[in-house]
Amino acid sequence: MKIIVLVKEVPDTYGDRKLNLETGLADREASEAVIDEISERSLELALSFADANAGTEVAVLTLASEGATATIRKALAMGAGSAIHVSDEALRGADLGLTAETLAAAIRRVGFDLVITGNVSTDGSGGMIPAMLAELLDVPHATGLSSVTISDGAVSGSRPVESGVQQVSANLPAVLSITEALPGARFPNFKGIMAAKKRPLEVLSLSDLGITADNPEAARSIMLTVAEKPPRAAGVKIIDEGDAGDRLADFLVENRLA
Amino acid sequence: MPDFELSEDYQNLSDTVREFADQVVAPVSAKHDEEHSFPYGVVSQMADMGLFGLPFPEEFGGMGGDYFALALALEQLGRVDQSVAITLEAGVSLGAMPVYRFGNEEQKREWLPLLASGKALGGFGLTEPEAGSDAGGTKTRARLETVDGEKMWIIDGNKEFITNSGTDITKLVTVTAVTGTSERPDGSVKKEISTILVPTNTPGFTAEKAYNKVGWNASDTHPLTLKDVRVPEANLLGQQGRGFANFLSILDEGRIAIAALAVGAAQGCVDESLKYAHERFAFGQAIGKYQAISFKIARMQARAHTARLAYYDAAARMLAGKPFKTQAAIAKMVGGEAAMDNARDATQIFGGYGFINEFTVSRHYRDSKILEVGEGTTEVQLMVIARDLGL
Ligand SMILES: Cc1cc2nc3c(=O)[nH]c(=O)nc-3n(C[C@H](O)[C@H](O)[C@H](O)COP(=O)(O)OP(=O)(O)OC[C@H]3O[C@@H](n4cnc5c(N)ncnc54)[C@H](O)[C@@H]3O)c2cc1C
Repeated sequence: MKIIVLVKEVPDTYGDRKLNLETGLADREASEAVIDEISERSLELALSFADANAGTEVAVLTLASEGATATIRKALAMGAGSAIHVSDEALRGADLGLTAETLAAAIRRVGFDLVITGNVSTDGSGGMIPAMLAELLDVPHATGLSSVTISDGAVSGSRPVESGVQQVSANLPAVLSITEALPGARFPNFKGIMAAKKRPLEVLSLSDLGITADNPEAARSIMLTVAEKPPRAAGVKIIDEGDAGDRLADFLVENRLA
Repeated sequence: MPDFELSEDYQNLSDTVREFADQVVAPVSAKHDEEHSFPYGVVSQMADMGLFGLPFPEEFGGMGGDYFALALALEQLGRVDQSVAITLEAGVSLGAMPVYRFGNEEQKREWLPLLASGKALGGFGLTEPEAGSDAGGTKTRARLETVDGEKMWIIDGNKEFITNSGTDITKLVTVTAVTGTSERPDGSVKKEISTILVPTNTPGFTAEKAYNKVGWNASDTHPLTLKDVRVPEANLLGQQGRGFANFLSILDEGRIAIAALAVGAAQGCVDESLKYAHERFAFGQAIGKYQAISFKIARMQARAHTARLAYYDAAARMLAGKPFKTQAAIAKMVGGEAAMDNARDATQIFGGYGFINEFTVSRHYRDSKILEVGEGTTEVQLMVIARDLGL
């Protein structure tokens, strides 16, 4: 079986995250780039399946700027067998549509039985990519799973929704996305770190994939303006002088919070 | 010019172990320290990462790295938890390394894959109640006798302070024992010391009650009793009579590993102090603004840095096949002293909180003392250095 895991590089959640006010994009300089934790969980799912099922091929796919090589090497050190890195200046600030098109083209190019992704990335929080990919690849999707069973020809798992838990399954080939509920990633070992350098890493551009970034026929979202988050104003302090309850209620009503 | 920049592989390994130490080890350190409990969960994850196999070739289940890779891992672990770091250090440099260096093919096949996997631990039984720095004073004896038609070593004696000798996963302790005597030309008696592999399930082998130590509380240390312990003749490790010399050479390497652990501890004290110097306010400003504090931290950083260069140098010599005994002794000594001095300064910077056990710096304060004693006291390192100077 061939599994492709989508790996995204994101600004460290624990660091400062900033928007660049000129481009409207995340300021990549402002914080250290790390593998999105949900991508690590996706990779762990693929690797633990591969551990138990000889002959499983795990490839990671990332769409990121040139500097993402360290992130890809880490995924390879953890145990992925190969990597595809799509990198192109024209992808800077790509919207969900262009991102999905590009990823789908890369996935189709290398071939797959199963695509595993996180349900939503930590930085963009779009949450649409898995379903869009399935649509573009013309395969079923099992998204937002909090437990997963992969078998020879199918995947199944549970998807918590507001009113309960759905049991879903799909025949392969399919796209699968997971939630934070899945186990965290393993740490790479020294053998993996050494081997990572020798594992195949293919770098692809948009023209390799036959995609035009500014295709006038494709629907693209355009950002019109971007503004800095207004600074947080000091809160209202209510000191209890016997009437705190009333004043609290007044505050809530005044601010239409009640 | 020597270049102390780490290559990409070493840097990646160091970063990975650092992440592991921060995310997996640190959160449970205070608990294991307080409970004096062996961190089985942490050790098993270290095993999964292949840390116990770092310096061994892949054919023996190792990671195909080298001794410097091990040292880097020890530094990162020592930063947050010395008990965990010494468990790895003793497991690899003292437990498994003698088998790798001196074992025959069969012994290596039997023990190395197991020890390198980290699923089992081995101990190094040199020190005795009356033989520490003067380890040649070994009283433990082993005599070769034929039992039921098979030649067996029969071992009797006591060992003191043996790390990793009594955990649930301990499978082996290699002990030094007197296997004979010879007469010197002047008529005095020379002891012949050999090393013998003793599987811990051998009848007569007992790991006695664990010590109540000042620090390294989550590390496993026991006195050992060997009473009529019988193991096959083939368990002799290395040449008969070469045991003492072999163990001393293991200790020469081990000093680089201990030095790395100590540098980690010294750096951990810097890192903790630096954070605290920004957070803690007194008299209207962060205490780091006071030169008394900033100079202390600057000096701590200088100690950690110089001690690190010392162990890098010793390790580089060792890997290049050059003599490194003196450099390892220097690294061990300055490393241990850097850890102890930094721990004392760090606890001072933490004020009253530095005296509360759950704080990392107070743990470093209790843990670091042994770094000036174990695997050769500071005085023993000075003896080695002085001897090299022809004194
Ligand atoms: C937690 C812990 C773990 C340990 N783990 C192990 C282990 O796994 N395996 C093992 O074999 N041992 C182990 N040891 C033992 C350790 O290596 C010894 O404690 C150490 O070598 C010192 O020996 P000693 O305690 O007998 O002190 P002694 O040798 O009695 O020394 C007492 C003092 O005299 C000084 N001294 C001795 N001789 C001289 C001299 N000629 N000139 C100047 N000063 C001198 C020493 O430096 C020291 O200050 C461990 C010890 C501890 C506490």
